[in-house]
Amino acid sequence: MSIGQSILRSRAVAALTSPHGVDRYLEQVNPMWAAHEVRARIVSVDREVDVPGHPPVATITLQPTSTWRGHRAGQHVQLGVEIDGARRTTRVFTVSSPDSRRGDRFTITLRANPDGVVSRYLVKRATPGTMVHLSEAEGDFVLPDHVPEHVLFISGGSGITPVMSMLRSLQRRTHRGRVTFVHYAQSPDHQIFAAELDEIRRSGHGIDVHLLHPELGDPALSPAWLERLVPGYRDVPTWACGPAPLIEAVQAAYDGSDALRVEYFKAPRPAASSEVGGDVSFSRSGESAPNSGASLLEQAEALGLRPEFGCRMGICFTCTSRKSEGTVRNVLTGEESSLPDEDIRICVSAPVGDCTVEL
Amino acid sequence: MTVTAQSAPTDTHTIPGDALLRRLTPEQIEAFGAELDEIRQRVIGRLGEEDATYIRNVVKAQRAFEVAGRALFYVPPAWPLAVAALSVSKILDNMEIGHNVMHGQYDWMGDPGLNSRMYEWDNVCPSDQWKYSHNYIHHTYTNILGKDRDIGYGILRMDEEQEWKPHYLGNPLYATLLMLGFEWGVAMHDLEFERIMAGEKTWAETKHLHAGLIRKIRNQALKDYLLFPALTGPLFPLTFAGNATANLVRNIWAFNIIFCGHFPAGVSTFSQEECEDESRGHWYYRQLLGSANITGSKLFHVMTGNLSHQIEHHLFPDLPARRYPEIAEEVREICERYGIAYNTGPLGKQLGSVARKICRFALPDKAPRFLPGFLGGGRSGEPVAETPLAA
Repeated sequence: MSIGQSILRSRAVAALTSPHGVDRYLEQVNPMWAAHEVRARIVSVDREVDVPGHPPVATITLQPTSTWRGHRAGQHVQLGVEIDGARRTTRVFTVSSPDSRRGDRFTITLRANPDGVVSRYLVKRATPGTMVHLSEAEGDFVLPDHVPEHVLFISGGSGITPVMSMLRSLQRRTHRGRVTFVHYAQSPDHQIFAAELDEIRRSGHGIDVHLLHPELGDPALSPAWLERLVPGYRDVPTWACGPAPLIEAVQAAYDGSDALRVEYFKAPRPAASSEVGGDVSFSRSGESAPNSGASLLEQAEALGLRPEFGCRMGICFTCTSRKSEGTVRNVLTGEESSLPDEDIRICVSAPVGDCTVEL
Repeated sequence: MTVTAQSAPTDTHTIPGDALLRRLTPEQIEAFGAELDEIRQRVIGRLGEEDATYIRNVVKAQRAFEVAGRALFYVPPAWPLAVAALSVSKILDNMEIGHNVMHGQYDWMGDPGLNSRMYEWDNVCPSDQWKYSHNYIHHTYTNILGKDRDIGYGILRMDEEQEWKPHYLGNPLYATLLMLGFEWGVAMHDLEFERIMAGEKTWAETKHLHAGLIRKIRNQALKDYLLFPALTGPLFPLTFAGNATANLVRNIWAFNIIFCGHFPAGVSTFSQEECEDESRGHWYYRQLLGSANITGSKLFHVMTGNLSHQIEHHLFPDLPARRYPEIAEEVREICERYGIAYNTGPLGKQLGSVARKICRFALPDKAPRFLPGFLGGGRSGEPVAETPLAA
């Protein structure tokens, strides 16, 4: 850490800038100046896949502030963008570039999900120079410091990003062991990082690349097929990332083996508008019950929970809680929201279908 | 619902429009509430970049005034300028930014720096304690006697329904002291000293507030009365006095604006019974009858944090305050149609009305004969008219 950073993070500066904190002043001068927060400037947006009629995939290069502590291959980052200069929306994206150190540039690779405001914005509308908000890198879906002699990567679709970060890191670390890289895509045209993977395949270096397209007749993932590809695969350290059906198939094939590490992301699951059913769960207390259609506050109280509340009419924000999953309807406005990890006022939010709140 | 009209004969000139509050039928109250809900809905639908840019510009201005104020203390002849800049900074921070952000008016932006749960303001009251007594108690139970502790802040007698006691003779003195130390009054509000004094509450029951309060006071005092003065070296006393003056200016300004929000003549108070099981329409109606506006220029509205539109603020506490002026036109029109008095006036007039009330309620309701007329009895004795509304 530089001397400047140490001063900016000192207790004296904190006392002088109390109660707002030094970042609230620095950002007014230059958005790339920060002492605690992590932000980044978009350096470039490069299309990886652009099949007409299908959502495009892009790699976004980010120059983070010096507060970015770096990442380990396989980790993800929360990235917030201000859509139309007003509403900051945050989603999780996996870093696709190899291990990075403090302040290093890095990339994320993402598909413009048709329902995803952030991914669509980043792939289709973001331009170099745009500022985004970041968390530090998170997640323990990472390579160990001592990489085993043989590793197996299995990925599907845009789930390639963390394992690509791992593969790139292994190349940079000049890993001498064996790597088996299995990836499922819709078609060769949908293949993310196609040129780079092709080059890796041809260069040898003990990296076995298998790009499969089951929709075009390639074998789907099965224990028998895996056994033929990697004999004794259940004991080979494996990292798998992709859509839920692929992960479920991999988990079944590994049958509880410790060698397998998996990662998949939560996606918003919108419910039909008039639906009331489903279950309401309160994750911290472990309570759950069938959704009665009443406000989440009332349903929590009916289960014997005592969440904090004030006005009970949506004005004081005392009851604000985090909804981790599900759709809620604002009973005042009728507006529905299905975003995961969203702060809601539980006194005026009624669940529509399954819903989980951190209470 | 019955409405207690505080229309002392001497004060009738301060009551706008129809001097007598009218009663609405339950159906009318519901229709009235629905119209307000519709305004709310429409404004929420329009929130966006304009509102975000506005509040960010106010924040930018506040930071600039603050930095300028702190820097100008190094130039002794510029002392008055430094104090002025720092006062403006503190007023903007507490009112247009702090008060409004902590109401959740900008939570929709998803910006942690403008989030009601994270924002901390530049005064000695910890934000979480203020949000409890203000957002919850005051905004939910606005002007309900025995519930809304903002009626006189537990120190003053501001309503004839508060029983007169001899110590209320000090009303004008207490009000002056509260004005000068307003941030301290706000900070101590949650401790409920008056209830501790009356034996209704013990000091131990306020224990959960102490740590937060001490921490906030320490942080505020450290920067304003030690660190920034020390950084100006030999100018320590001047900087110290300047910071104290800026805090004082903010106190006086905030007190005056806030007292004009609920205490001018014509503003109603309510009993707990009449507000039991109240509907949303009734809640709106009560907010309207219990608040008063101040007229003024655009700059004046910004410097009051748009609390010059106290009526609109109480109807829609979580809508960005910069929207209140445009909402006000519609609210006035609705009030006219329903025959509801809309209490507004220039600052001087509203302040005069508040000052008269502070003096009048210092005295028992049946004033002794020797007192001059303008200080005379509190209770008007005039019954609330039940004028049927024109359909």
